[in-house]
Amino acid sequence: MSAAGQDQSTLFRGDEGELRLKNAKSVRGTPAKAMPAFILGEELADLADNDPRIVVATADLANSSRARDFANRHPDRFIDFGIAERNMITAAAGMASCGLVPYVATFASFAGILAAEAIKTDCAYPRMPVRVLAHHSGISMGFYGTSHHATEDLGMMRPIADLTVVCAADANQLRAILRASVDHPGAMYIRLGRGRDAEVYGEVPADFALGKATTLRDGTDLTIIATGSQVHASLMAAQKLGETGMSVRVIDMHTIKPLDGDAVRAAARETKAILTVEEHNVIGGLGSAVAEVLVDEDRIPFRRHGIHDEFSLIGPPAALYAHYRLDADGITAVAKEFLQIN
Amino acid sequence: MSDAEQGDRRNFSEDYLAERAKFIRLETLRLTRIAGAGHYSSTFSAAELFAALYYGHLRLDPANPKWENRDRFVLSKGHAAIGLYPVLADLGFYPPSKLDDFTRLGSAFGDHPDMKKIPGIDFSSGSLGHGLSVALGMAIAGRMKNHTYRTYCMLGDGELNEGQIWEAAMAAGHFQLQGLVGIVDRNQLSIDGPTEKVMSVEPLVDRFTSFGWDVQRIDGHNLSAIMATLAALKPAGTGRPQMIIADTVKGRGVKYMELSLDWHVGNLVGDDYDDAWAEIEAGLQPFEKEDA
Repeated sequence: MSAAGQDQSTLFRGDEGELRLKNAKSVRGTPAKAMPAFILGEELADLADNDPRIVVATADLANSSRARDFANRHPDRFIDFGIAERNMITAAAGMASCGLVPYVATFASFAGILAAEAIKTDCAYPRMPVRVLAHHSGISMGFYGTSHHATEDLGMMRPIADLTVVCAADANQLRAILRASVDHPGAMYIRLGRGRDAEVYGEVPADFALGKATTLRDGTDLTIIATGSQVHASLMAAQKLGETGMSVRVIDMHTIKPLDGDAVRAAARETKAILTVEEHNVIGGLGSAVAEVLVDEDRIPFRRHGIHDEFSLIGPPAALYAHYRLDADGITAVAKEFLQIN
Repeated sequence: MSDAEQGDRRNFSEDYLAERAKFIRLETLRLTRIAGAGHYSSTFSAAELFAALYYGHLRLDPANPKWENRDRFVLSKGHAAIGLYPVLADLGFYPPSKLDDFTRLGSAFGDHPDMKKIPGIDFSSGSLGHGLSVALGMAIAGRMKNHTYRTYCMLGDGELNEGQIWEAAMAAGHFQLQGLVGIVDRNQLSIDGPTEKVMSVEPLVDRFTSFGWDVQRIDGHNLSAIMATLAALKPAGTGRPQMIIADTVKGRGVKYMELSLDWHVGNLVGDDYDDAWAEIEAGLQPFEKEDA
């Protein structure tokens, strides 16, 4: 029956190679367990053990996202679409219309920007349960350059009605997001880093709920609202600011849409200033979303921090984070300038 | 359902299918008048294809539009939905009266079809170039779930300019999705002119063949040819996906619309409406291309 001479159970796979570890070697300073993207395939495979609806697809990036881990355990439910992201996301919508729950993984620059219209037209509008896993977001691709950076994707996803937009801060939160996603209605855009984010959550957060922000640290002088990769850096900045006597609240705004407006309004009432921090253009992302809440509130000092409407320089990611002040020292400095503290 | 049952399609006479094609064209006139504008000519070219598929071939259950093992149909050229809505009503997916406020504020029925609002529409469409990818995904799901349904996708010829069509065509050939059936309504025109002048799509048989498809080219207004081709389709399984290039005439059925660039979107009023109605009721006349 098989014209291609292939066993049907592996018909949708790309090459038959086992998990390659070459990408895991030169990790700077963070333990392997704290790599969000690297748990992606494993967590989805665990979920799929008990849920036959779950399928995973990639566009020739099975190793970058570790979707390969899923493929190795569920070869009959893994599809490699080759380098054709729009086709992959639209086909996932077709699969979803037949009762499957597809998780499709590719670089954020190709998921949220190249294939943005497929997400709008084929996933969100017909409310298909497609989960787009947009990894290597922001400037985390470093010296691969602007073509591989995604500092616009949140701005493109946020105005899409009926789309849930989430950013993972670390591996444990990603596990919580994936678990919460299985039966979540409609399409989701899940934004991930490059799999090397430092640990924020010591374990999978039991109280995680989509649309409900997580307050990681309380304070009264300043609230830092951060998302994704910037949650850890913001926590460290809050600690540094704390050492100088400031009381800083840190909110992990993991769900960008629907935004937890109550958490923003509470911060506006209970603390003296708000700073948003994101690895994204300050236009269109978290800062814009928070501003849209605050515009209806009484005046409060407010600043957005992120990439200020420019195409990033190229360079190693750590150097870029330092340059754009998207690390603990940088965020600390930005907060001090904002609050006019020496 | 067994393969034998899968072959047990409704078996209507050609005369009946021709009547239904006429019905599709007349309803397109009526609904366009309600809307004030509509895609006559893109729908007229597909009238025989719609009639053959829906009255003579597709495995459907109007009482159970979400039946898991039904055949899927994706109208990638979503602007011809005006010809599909009356068919779905006629088959019993919803009462025909639902179309009386076609396109009016709050209607479920717009120029392009919405699967969330209209029973029998398997996927929303309108943005050209997406449908074959949607159908690809449905065919993959069918294989994963061991279903025997086929997935049909009707494509416009102009929309073959879209790159995503060829991404899907490549994947369908690669995955050997024999249950995926493409139908190109090769009506020769896109909005700005003849396809071969605007952006040529030929040679279509060679192109799809080289992407790994089985390709047949037929007269898309000849009901016996359409029915014979559909009846000979292979079942879902592992093998080359199947493409039917249906040579048609944009605007077929109303003489002055045939291969006219003026009627992609239009609105007939007064005597023009009545004359077109009478011409369609008289049935298809031999097509004669006017000298340029």
